[in-house]
Amino acid sequence: MGKATVIPFGPQHPVLPEPLHLDLVVEDEKVIEAIPQIGFVHRGLEKLVETRDYNQFIYVAERICGICAMGHSLGYAETVESLMGVEVPKRAEYLRVIWHELSRIHSHLLWLGLAADAFGFESLFMHCWRLRERILDIFEKTTGGRVILSVVKVGGVVRDIDATMMREIVNTLDGIAGEYRTIVQTLLSDTSIKNRTVGVGYISHEEALNLSMVGPFARASNVNYDVRMFGRGAYGDLSDFQPILDTSGDCYGRVKVRCEEVLQSIDIIKELAAKIPEGDIAVPVKGSPQAGAQASNVLEQPRGECYYYARGNGTKFLERMRMRTPTSENLAGMMKALEGCDLADVNMIILTIDPCISCTER
Amino acid sequence: MAFASKSPWVIHYDGSSCNGCDIEVLATLCPGFDGERFGVINTGNPKHADIFLVTGSVNEQNIDVIKEIYDQMVEPKVVVACGICACSGGIFHDCYNVIGGIDQAIPVDVYAPGCAVRPESIIDAIVQGVAVLEEKSKALAAQKKGA
Repeated sequence: MGKATVIPFGPQHPVLPEPLHLDLVVEDEKVIEAIPQIGFVHRGLEKLVETRDYNQFIYVAERICGICAMGHSLGYAETVESLMGVEVPKRAEYLRVIWHELSRIHSHLLWLGLAADAFGFESLFMHCWRLRERILDIFEKTTGGRVILSVVKVGGVVRDIDATMMREIVNTLDGIAGEYRTIVQTLLSDTSIKNRTVGVGYISHEEALNLSMVGPFARASNVNYDVRMFGRGAYGDLSDFQPILDTSGDCYGRVKVRCEEVLQSIDIIKELAAKIPEGDIAVPVKGSPQAGAQASNVLEQPRGECYYYARGNGTKFLERMRMRTPTSENLAGMMKALEGCDLADVNMIILTIDPCISCTER
Repeated sequence: MAFASKSPWVIHYDGSSCNGCDIEVLATLCPGFDGERFGVINTGNPKHADIFLVTGSVNEQNIDVIKEIYDQMVEPKVVVACGICACSGGIFHDCYNVIGGIDQAIPVDVYAPGCAVRPESIIDAIVQGVAVLEEKSKALAAQKKGA
């Protein structure tokens, strides 16, 4: 047994595009404890709700995180709508879900690329980001933005997608699905990737429940929980929705769950594109939330369940806006997964959990 | 500039950005925009880097990290502020934990605005940065000669 030493990891680290600092207490090559330090990205944007009215705050909410931007604007808009009792047109609900699922595909492809880079599989990283570029092209054509879409507003959406564009989206997704299947097959059957991931960073079903983990991280430990299965909004019109689960609970399982979720999202978009009803895309919203009115909302982000809470005070400004984001739920599980792992596996474990630091710290 | 005298290696640090600019910085180096045709390679080591790409604004926690990375880079070096938060604080300028743009911590040579900054403007900023790098290395050489 060697002496315990502390190895600092981050905040500037080639594996993570985001600043996260970990103090890794290692004994020989084994990590015995990981101590996280966060706060590098804290901006304090929940307080901005006092100086921006509820229509303006949607642009701040969107910039909580650039990867989950669409999800945050959607979650915030739904919360304020339920606070004010606004009924959103059916077509707007469908469009929102289509964009949200597209952003899930873009987020998972981005993650898969970064994970491949952490394996040292750089060509796969490039391939994933090449496919992701085509999703961003759809965003650019339909909304004008690449990562920050600014397409959701309180009461509906800002832009419509016409039938020609909808066909183009479905055709592009068919093309992506074909290429993506080849990539995933290569990735999941590769021996060197299995050697790096199988049995690494194991989290059991009980631990996942006790640490209240969410999203693909929990679903890889066989926790049957996905907010989409409650069937709110356009998700209720899907013919069938089953969360993708895995029983292995290790890094390989988490890679597999996310890989399959991309194909599931493609199916959801195709089904909704065929079913989308005609009609308005927004309703006018007048007045302001009542004093003391409260509303909360949950939404399945690419990284897991995200909770929103809002309280009105009778003016155009909200009294309080609060989010609980998936990564802050998953941090405890991440530290648990890091305990007892090899130092060389730290990169892999952190990436398969897919932390989003700017969501966590806001 | 007819040719680039140097293949600029870049280092990227996320100040307190929302990730939007970070993923655009990475997208710049990937197929689609392919920054590598200008010889740009992303490195994790400040001592190998010529250009420092910073996204997001400065706060109390990360100001020392940014200064540290800048100090570790070898002269001549260029700083590019990517995105409006790095330029001025952007939409978060009046948040309690935001000091302001990157120029509050270290000298900035090229500003690339946008929310999120587009890959085209990052490429443009890097190419401008190469010109600044060349000027700086000439000045450095003249200084050496004079000394």
